Amino acid sequence: MRVPDLIRFARDAATGSPLRTSLLVLAVAIGVAAVVVLTALGDGARRYVVNEFSSIGSNLVIVLPGRSETGGFNPANAITSTPRDLTVEDARALLRGTAIRRLAPLVIGTSEISVGGKLREVIVAGTTSQFIEVRRLSLAQGRFLSEEDWGRGSAEAVIGAKIRDELFGSEPALGKLVRIGDRRCRIVGVLAASGQGLGMNNDELVIVPVALAQAMFNSNTLFRILVEARNREAIPAAKAQAEEILKLRHDGELDVTVITQDGVLATFDRLLGVLTLGVAGIAAISMAVAGILVMNVMLVSVAQRTAEIGLLKALGATGRTIRMAFLAEATMLSLAGAVVGYVLGQAGAALIRHLYPTFPAYPPTWAVLAGLVTALASGILFGVAPARRAAALDPVQALSKR
Amino acid sequence: MSAAQIELSGIERVFRLGDSEVHALRHLDVSIAPGEYVAVMGPSGSGKSTLLNLLGLLDRPNAGVYRLEGRDVTTLSPEEQARVRSERIGFVFQSFHLVPRLTAAENIALPMMLAGIPPRERADRVACALKDYGLENRAGHRPDQLSGGQRQRVAIARATIMRPAVILADEPTGNLDRATGEEVIRLLEQLNGSGVTVIIVTHDPVLGGHARRQLLMEDGALQHDSAREGAA
Repeated sequence: MRVPDLIRFARDAATGSPLRTSLLVLAVAIGVAAVVVLTALGDGARRYVVNEFSSIGSNLVIVLPGRSETGGFNPANAITSTPRDLTVEDARALLRGTAIRRLAPLVIGTSEISVGGKLREVIVAGTTSQFIEVRRLSLAQGRFLSEEDWGRGSAEAVIGAKIRDELFGSEPALGKLVRIGDRRCRIVGVLAASGQGLGMNNDELVIVPVALAQAMFNSNTLFRILVEARNREAIPAAKAQAEEILKLRHDGELDVTVITQDGVLATFDRLLGVLTLGVAGIAAISMAVAGILVMNVMLVSVAQRTAEIGLLKALGATGRTIRMAFLAEATMLSLAGAVVGYVLGQAGAALIRHLYPTFPAYPPTWAVLAGLVTALASGILFGVAPARRAAALDPVQALSKR
Repeated sequence: MSAAQIELSGIERVFRLGDSEVHALRHLDVSIAPGEYVAVMGPSGSGKSTLLNLLGLLDRPNAGVYRLEGRDVTTLSPEEQARVRSERIGFVFQSFHLVPRLTAAENIALPMMLAGIPPRERADRVACALKDYGLENRAGHRPDQLSGGQRQRVAIARATIMRPAVILADEPTGNLDRATGEEVIRLLEQLNGSGVTVIIVTHDPVLGGHARRQLLMEDGALQHDSAREGAA
């Protein structure tokens, strides 16, 4: 039998029973669509988190006080290692690192801001003028903290967009004096609204010079030092230099933890990648179910068409021809299902993107390919048994069925 | 009779029904020359359909040898038997056995399609057959749009499209009224006139009487062979 004839014969056989065919195509389509939509969700979540992380700032290396050990509790540590504080001087020393472009020390605390009888609890960040570049923030009005000696602590503050709205409404905020905790500060700038950032909401932040914040919270330790490496390639060097400089300053003991944004990102990436895989696995089960359905329907089809199979044998069809015809039909059905499912899945993902514009629900290419291939493979695989049964039919018995 | 087209010797066919064995054919020796017109007759259950299936290579004997055109076909592989069926044998069934979703022309072309004959040659031969059997204006009709006589004509056109040497017809008029039945018989006789061996299974004595040679079967054995009687 020629290939075009085979394909046409199988097509006619499939379209000869439209209900059976459409149900089967639907089953396969649902399987493929499930893979596409679910992996779009999983991968969308991964992209979303990665994007959020990237928005913190690029080429970021973060220094935390204290050493996170994973060796379990060591009694010697209990006596000897008291983590030294991270100080402004430590931050200043880090500027010597050749791989470090700029940095910003960070002190965090909660306080109250009040103006004209309005009072609000806020998170106060004490830092330096470079913070705005390190964190890639932008200003809506005024200027950021002035370039000055880190120990000075001028009484000036930069406030988030939401704070401005709540405290001043439509009145101008620039140049106004506010009370933050027990200090009076002048507002020199307003941050541009940036929405919800990961971990910290910049719209509800009040930024003051680091020395002022330390005085306010009566402490001389830093919460973090945010370090920006010269470029992406310099991130490992920046990390090594930061560790080395701080180790020297801390009597040869490495009592700080230096994490890179990449490291955090990679962890999340891995985590959510596994999630996507798991989701894809669940979707694959529906594909297997669809495959079994293909087999079932094809077996029914063989039973319904015994007379035809017997006739084909009488007319000189070899077992191979009959096997090929049924296999071609199964392949065609699963191919149609795969295509329909692909279109449905992409439409579903597009719908999700339309409803939640911030959520990048794009199915990953590997998942789409795997979905299509699995659908085809399961259709063919589960089509083999019915095809073999058809080919093995006894023509005499098949023909005697009228 | 050295040039016998069909030669059966010592054919046995046993069916197993539960514990009991049914001898559908017992020690059958028949020889048919090219171009003969043979009617196989007998009551139902006499083994005539089993004989036809054996002749058509749809069934295998439990014992004995079947030579078709001098070649022992009982030992051929299923694929080789399919080739022989495709090229040398044409079937006509009582219930026509047309594929319902295919048109008359497509049904006629089916054996050629299975044999892998190119579409152009198929179209030519189908057009020719449609003309020969008076089905020109029925080419695009599906079987359910055809009358019984037309269906059987399509079936005969299909059986002859590969130009077989032997036509095997199993009660070809069983589902037809007398007039259309006679028309179908005339077609088969015309084919026989052109040199094709025609073997008809029937229990209609009138129909059987048309044939030049009658084989009477009973209980799986050959009861009477008009050719031998004539020779004796």
